[in-house]
Amino acid sequence: MMRPNPVTPRLLIGFGAAIVFAAILPHLVSDFTSFQFTLAMSYGIALLGLNILTGYNGQFSIGHSAFYAVGAYTAAILLYHFEWNHYATLPVAALVAFVVGFLFGLPALRLEGLYLALATFAFAVATPQLLKFDAFEHWTGGVQGLFVPKPEPLIGGLSADQSLYYVALAIMVLLMGVAWCLLHSRSGRAIMAIRDNPIAASTMGINTALYKTTVFGISAMYTGIAGALSVFVTEFVAPDAFNFFLAVNLLIGSVVGGIVSIPGVIFGGLFLVFVPNFAQDISRAYPFVPPPWAIFGILLILAIYFVPFGVWGAVERVSARWKRKSAAGR
Amino acid sequence: MDLFLQLTLAGLAIGSIYSCVALAVVMIYQATDHFNFAQGEMAMFSTYVAWTLIGLGAPVWLAFLLAVGISFLAGVIIERVIVKPVENAPVLNQIIVFIGLLVIFNAVAGWIWEFTIKPFPSLFPEDLGFKSELIGPHHLGVIALTLGVLALVFAFFRFTRVGLAMRAAAANPDSARLVGVSVGWMLALGWGLAASIGAVGGILVAPIVFLEPNMMAGVLLYGFAGALLGGVSSPGGAVLGGLVVGVLENWVGQYVPGGSELKLTFALILIVGVLVFKPAGLFGRVVVRRV
Amino acid sequence: MRIKNLLAAAAAAALLAGTAQAADMTGITDTTIKIGNTNPYSGPASVYSTIGKTISAYFKMVNEMGGIQGRQIDFISLDDGYSPPRTVEQVRKLVEQEEVALLFQTLGTPTNSAIHRYVNSKKVPHLFVATGASKWGQPEKYPWTMGFQPTYDVEGEIYAKYVLENVENPKIAILFQNDDYGKDYRDGFLRGLGDKADELVVSQLPYEVTDPTVDSQIVAMKDSGANVFFNITIPKFAAQAIRKSCEIGWKPTHLLNNVSSSVGATLTPAGLDCSKGLITAIYLKDPVDPQWQDDAGYKEWVGFMEKHMPGADMTDVNYAYGYNVSKLMHITLDGCKDLSREGIMACAANLKDIELPMVLPGILVNTAADDFYPIQAEQLSQFDGERWVAFGGIIDASK
Repeated sequence: MMRPNPVTPRLLIGFGAAIVFAAILPHLVSDFTSFQFTLAMSYGIALLGLNILTGYNGQFSIGHSAFYAVGAYTAAILLYHFEWNHYATLPVAALVAFVVGFLFGLPALRLEGLYLALATFAFAVATPQLLKFDAFEHWTGGVQGLFVPKPEPLIGGLSADQSLYYVALAIMVLLMGVAWCLLHSRSGRAIMAIRDNPIAASTMGINTALYKTTVFGISAMYTGIAGALSVFVTEFVAPDAFNFFLAVNLLIGSVVGGIVSIPGVIFGGLFLVFVPNFAQDISRAYPFVPPPWAIFGILLILAIYFVPFGVWGAVERVSARWKRKSAAGR
Repeated sequence: MDLFLQLTLAGLAIGSIYSCVALAVVMIYQATDHFNFAQGEMAMFSTYVAWTLIGLGAPVWLAFLLAVGISFLAGVIIERVIVKPVENAPVLNQIIVFIGLLVIFNAVAGWIWEFTIKPFPSLFPEDLGFKSELIGPHHLGVIALTLGVLALVFAFFRFTRVGLAMRAAAANPDSARLVGVSVGWMLALGWGLAASIGAVGGILVAPIVFLEPNMMAGVLLYGFAGALLGGVSSPGGAVLGGLVVGVLENWVGQYVPGGSELKLTFALILIVGVLVFKPAGLFGRVVVRRV
Repeated sequence: MRIKNLLAAAAAAALLAGTAQAADMTGITDTTIKIGNTNPYSGPASVYSTIGKTISAYFKMVNEMGGIQGRQIDFISLDDGYSPPRTVEQVRKLVEQEEVALLFQTLGTPTNSAIHRYVNSKKVPHLFVATGASKWGQPEKYPWTMGFQPTYDVEGEIYAKYVLENVENPKIAILFQNDDYGKDYRDGFLRGLGDKADELVVSQLPYEVTDPTVDSQIVAMKDSGANVFFNITIPKFAAQAIRKSCEIGWKPTHLLNNVSSSVGATLTPAGLDCSKGLITAIYLKDPVDPQWQDDAGYKEWVGFMEKHMPGADMTDVNYAYGYNVSKLMHITLDGCKDLSREGIMACAANLKDIELPMVLPGILVNTAADDFYPIQAEQLSQFDGERWVAFGGIIDASK
């Protein structure tokens, strides 16, 4: 359970089917719905970063909104001030977020559990204030934020939303693959050993400090790429979009999707985009039910009750039981 | 120099609210071994209960005591009904449940009482026989009452069997169970107590910041910072931590260049800096883990 | 002959289709008008959710009375939690999925900024937005977006002028919320002070919405020796600032921004005694002010509130605000012959001398093709311990 998912033929078939479904999806739904899925995927990529850090390496963070902001602002500044090509900003956003994450990981080494959570939380709280700071206003647009254009469709015949959907899908699948390879490598086993038993890991000769800071950097990089993508989707950055509510939301998505999983991030992203809307629909349909936020809270608690290991955790458990049953029947 | 003194005293006055909340945070950490993110919103809700009682004609102190009592019951019920299902779940699941509680309390409070700010009367007399422009009677009262609660908490954990059992249940539930402690009910009791202390905090904070559904968000943030600075295993440290955060914030705003705009940022950097060098907080005990 | 007829018919049909395409009638049917809105029903800015609720109640009343031009209003108000990315999502939902005819009173500066370009590229009327930033009145650049209330920076200039004319040897302290709203006010004020701004302003301190109190800022400002205090804060912090400066015995000329001028929501909690002498610029009738007791507009509003929003806290000025702006939307649509998107926009840009029930007498709504600021006048007033007393006549920024 605590190990990354092994590759089985069934998993590959399921994965292939999911890819095919995802590939035709934008042609079945409206541009608006494609846009929502793109948004969900951008969250999903951010969650991937959080899962690697928290789920696989055991370091808590309630501050990933900060890395999301770093990626978003890097892309927005390059687009706005230097008129870069959209896709060229992605590697830069990734690199900048990696460096910031790595540097943040250095002091974080000394902190554990709740203290680390607080340090990251402090980072999340301070981010909007830094983005608004007068001295940086020339670059960040200050409180007004920056407008950036949406990328042109890559292929003729696609709408801008559809094109962006495919870009996000490609990036997400690629990054999921990279995460999978990383976690199944020798380094991946070291990463998880640090989570399960840090002292044993270091006695076995694993450079715990280097691993932890590097994982922090990689996690931030994932989240930074997601932030950059989100700018393409919403065409706008402003400091108050990156407050600690976003950080808390990312944590929610991660846990609901399944924090010790790679595919779970898809469900986490979908949860973050669609469940608040669902809560709102309920609240709007019946005049005497509590406001949408309360309903969201109730749905959240129910989700934790019914899928305690996240959606992907539930999928794995069900399939494991089914496997056992069919093995017993044979 | 005069300004320095004024800022320091104003910092202590604000710090006293942080202390009070920090104390509630530490309390629940001691009794249940985790941070309750909904603590602030629960305190806010308790304060609204007191406000409603006052509106119905109850004297302020009676409303205060009733609200603290109601909060105790509510805390116990919430633990038994909502938190119990995730008692043995991973810590992150518990945190998410707390976040769920947070948004529910916040939204429901706004739904019932609306979002306009409401004045809340002070528990303390306006005239204490002397007058100071630097620190008002309410702030002095907050410090006194916080210290009083601190003394009670300390005595409870140190000298009563229930207190000991609660600490045992939080620190090592399995061993506690073996010696006959009802761990589940100890946790519920811990929640009840924390909710009561939260209610005290909310009722002390409300006259200063005004009562509204979001009143605790900022206070809780600083309260957490204070608790961690002081050390989550030390109620006294938490009170001191809260005061330090209040003063620090004021000094940074005045004396650090660019500090007025980045007050919060600098204060947080300093706290994280302290934690890096003293990971268990200024007064916390370092927990030695056996391998 | 027959072929010719067919051709003619086809041409006519094509022509019809052509005109239908030219006049965008999205969201309008013979029986309904669909109006979209976003409001923070959750999250940190939910204090403004009363505006959304008031508008919903207003259109419900309109529908009960037969609608507008015989059409029922389908008012769809969605929660964006005051988060710009959520606003983008919700507004796209309204425009692309719900296919609303227009957007009305979307609330907040960062949130509206996020959708500003989108709605203009989609050519959707984006009317009477609920923010006082100045960027909503640029018809050349953004012909589909229109503001409503007097802008923050113009109000800031009004205070600056007042200070220069009335305070001897002013030394000014400014407390502002660290966001676009606070900085808009501050920048307008500084511009109004002109070249001397640097000299006159002795203290400028920001605060964050997440700060518990602004007490320490007030202490520092008193120490700066300022004799003028420009208070750019939302009601909670305004009340704290008023009370704290009273407690520590600091009595500057206290200018309070309009955002917090509500007697019920700010001054009563702060203490009416401490509020004596405050100066502000207002354009709404304060619901708590006894001088409007027999005013026809006030009575109309009270009638609406009692019937359609029973139990609401009537001291909250946002209910009056919501009623005014709904009424303006009602009037705009009611007098509009061409209900296409272009037509609605043209009607909104052609409002002449419209009185609104809860707007001060003498302040009229006026718009034109090159004037997208509906309300531009404010009235300086001083608080006498009970109500705002007007002085010095209405200041119209458009003149």
